[in-house]
Amino acid sequence: MSVMNKLGHQAEFLDDRLTVANWGKRNLRKVFPEHWTFMFGEMALYSFIIVLLSGIYLTLWFKPSMTEVVYNGTYTPLNGIEMSEAYKSTLDISFDVRGGLLMRQVHHWGAMLFIASMTIHMMRVFFTGAFRKPREINWTIGVLLLTMGFVEGFAGYSLPDDLLSGTGLRIAEGIMLSIPVVGTYISFFAFGGEFPGDEFISRLYGIHILLIPGIILGLITAHMLIVWYQKHTQYPGKGKTNDNVVGYPFMPVYMAKAGGFFFIVFGITVFLSGVATINPIWAYGPYVPDQITAGSQPDWYMGWLEGALRAMPNWETTLWGHTISWNVLIPGAVVLGVIINLMLIYPWLEAKVTGDKREHHLLDRPRNAPTRTGIGVMSLTFYMMLLIGGGNDIIASQFNLSINAITWAIRIGIFILPPISFVITKRICLSLQRRDRDKLLHGRETGSIMRLPEGAFVEVHAPLSDNEKAVILSKTDITPLPWPEKVDENGVKDPQYKKDHRWARLSHWFFSDNVPKPTAAELAEAEAHIRHSAAEGAPVIAHREQLEPEGGVLHDPSAVEAEKEPVTK
Amino acid sequence: MSEQNTPDVEIEAGAVEPDGDIVLPDHHPRRTDFDPRAAKRAERQVSIMFTLSAVFTVAFVVAYVMIPTDATFPVPFFGTWSASNTALGVTFGLAAFFIGAGIMQWAKKLMNDKEVVAMRHSLASPEESREEAIAVFQEGVDDSGFATRRILRRSLLGAVALFPIPLIVILRDLGPLPGNKMFITSWVPGMRIVLDVTGAPIRPADIPVGGIVSAMPAVLPAIQKAEGNLNARAKDVVLLVRMNPDEIRSQQGGTDDEPWDYEGVLCFSKICTHVGCPIALYEQRTHHLLCPCHQSTFDLADSGNVVFGPAARELPQLPIKLDDEGYLVARDSFQQPVGPSFWERG
Repeated sequence: MSVMNKLGHQAEFLDDRLTVANWGKRNLRKVFPEHWTFMFGEMALYSFIIVLLSGIYLTLWFKPSMTEVVYNGTYTPLNGIEMSEAYKSTLDISFDVRGGLLMRQVHHWGAMLFIASMTIHMMRVFFTGAFRKPREINWTIGVLLLTMGFVEGFAGYSLPDDLLSGTGLRIAEGIMLSIPVVGTYISFFAFGGEFPGDEFISRLYGIHILLIPGIILGLITAHMLIVWYQKHTQYPGKGKTNDNVVGYPFMPVYMAKAGGFFFIVFGITVFLSGVATINPIWAYGPYVPDQITAGSQPDWYMGWLEGALRAMPNWETTLWGHTISWNVLIPGAVVLGVIINLMLIYPWLEAKVTGDKREHHLLDRPRNAPTRTGIGVMSLTFYMMLLIGGGNDIIASQFNLSINAITWAIRIGIFILPPISFVITKRICLSLQRRDRDKLLHGRETGSIMRLPEGAFVEVHAPLSDNEKAVILSKTDITPLPWPEKVDENGVKDPQYKKDHRWARLSHWFFSDNVPKPTAAELAEAEAHIRHSAAEGAPVIAHREQLEPEGGVLHDPSAVEAEKEPVTK
Repeated sequence: MSEQNTPDVEIEAGAVEPDGDIVLPDHHPRRTDFDPRAAKRAERQVSIMFTLSAVFTVAFVVAYVMIPTDATFPVPFFGTWSASNTALGVTFGLAAFFIGAGIMQWAKKLMNDKEVVAMRHSLASPEESREEAIAVFQEGVDDSGFATRRILRRSLLGAVALFPIPLIVILRDLGPLPGNKMFITSWVPGMRIVLDVTGAPIRPADIPVGGIVSAMPAVLPAIQKAEGNLNARAKDVVLLVRMNPDEIRSQQGGTDDEPWDYEGVLCFSKICTHVGCPIALYEQRTHHLLCPCHQSTFDLADSGNVVFGPAARELPQLPIKLDDEGYLVARDSFQQPVGPSFWERG
């Protein structure tokens, strides 16, 4: 019996019960576009699987208990020292369980990779406008995933009950206490009384290994199903439109590349964990509330919140016998809340400003949405300022600077640098748009100079390739929302006028600087002109190629492409 | 949801639609497409990678069995590494990596690399489907009587709205109510101040001028033992500093008869008033105390006031004196809550 018949037999079993043939015929050759930037989302998924797997191993040995015990074990420097069972079992995993340290490090490196790749993936989605209709829901899920990633990472960081994680929890308690009215109660309920109590690690454990991973798994499932159903976005290029999807079939190419990439991410994470130490909790010692080390740092993804806590001026209000600690409440809770909410609503905000109800499957080039790109770079600048602020002590000691000066630089910079970066980014984008327009109207510069009979020197221009042209022409010209009329033709006052006017102003701010695409007539004229110039310059190009048969120092992509073309047999 | 998802029709390169040519991205044939030797070579590369993976998997098991967890080896510039961890990580990592790399190479060199096209379809349902859906939904609503039977609807909504209350109430026993716990510490008048490591009582002469000592109430170890947790330690710990009495510009309290310091020895809470980190970095010359967490800086010669950073309040000072045996003791308890601010603090 042939292999195909055998497969048919098993498929029949499944199809009789689950109708798999119907699904398979539609989906096995589903088209997936390819681009290196699509890798980050995959990386996030795979690192989550890695973290899930390594986490299961850790649960087999970890004891989430704050009961104090005296250590007498393999790691002699800590012999005779009192510590929680959580910390002791983490030491045992690191020193006595074969491969235990490896699993711990895979878990931690994987978690870092998870959050890092989510962050970069989100930046890719933002800057290319992939969050636009119909993908707003998936953007929302993504924001929730990133938030859950922060919480989950922090919870995991806290579980070993080492000196750094306990210090992190103490800071978390301080933030809880700063919440008006209920803060003290929240803290007492969370810790089962005063800090640190003896309940928290076991409570956090349940949250860390069940509740949040469950939520993340659910969100990821929804995220994937939606990506599958809506089909992936694609970058503009020859043959790619808003109505088609160009790429490789799911089976076998995409399956192979995605599956292969999982193993690569897995391999690199494990390899890294074999050669690079992360979170050496034995070096920090067990948590004791009256001990601290200089240069205390959270994991990198918490760095920006830490920076916010450090940079905030020391404002506190006491009113009618009650205290509000703005110095903790604002950086610890308000900043995070505001930023997450802004991220959640951004797709709807932009859609409102655009007045655009169409589906978008062709990605924007960042330059073609200068205001959005500016907002993105502005946000990144804000984030980076806080992140730098989170390491102000390290920077001060490494570069011999005054910590007060660095903190003040952050305090001022956080208000000044983001707007500056916005303006610079927007200007760069608009310049790139102008450059694109020039390229369309005048062709590509070849770098070859030609002397005309009358003695003038001109540069030979060559026509753009189809692909280049398609990429540049993918830009959609958006007209800003119309200015509303104060009174309509019947003289009736528009009650919505003020509101509409505000949105129109926002819309103009968003779009009015955009450089329009050339019209069809302009393009046609330019085409003729470029062809003429290229034809006139042909001997010059030919001469140069004769002098520099390898393509010369000047880059001529079309020449290189032509060279690659094989000789057909 | 798959009903909406009409089949993706593949259009091979060169296919023509009624309204014109389908444009496809340029395709550049790979060497393996036209040179059988190159294809053979790629095949060999892929199979070597898979074989390497298998070898590393076996190597992992060997390393697991052979290398004890305490074996180490020196690595130039990086110090001493755990032999077991490195061997396990490298072998397992490469075993996974070579599977991935092999599959990638296979996909890139040997699988078809011609891009295919499928058409997208508007995600919105056709108008008639929407109308039908609304009709079906309406049928369901009518069937249930949800819209017409107002009393049923309202009582149900009321019941469901109250339903989660037990789920919240049941959380009550997560912890005790704060009571006055945030306002008190173990310090009472006459409590001996002892070194936090050895538990030895302290004489003023034990602290040199310019020195700083971490200390705790003498009763702390007993409390810790009785409570079985570190709660008391998290608020009771203090710092003793000694400076030239002339350098003390101000203190949080005390009179000439009953000063809060003892001949230049001052006692402050060790818990930062920002978010509760223990403070440890003391600059002798300026009398500044810096919190390593968020760099709040307190001037111990000036009532422990904040001179820089995010902390809003001064570090609470503990009034001290000498007891009959010449040891330092608390003259009184803390006159304000220690640690971070909280709503009820006032």
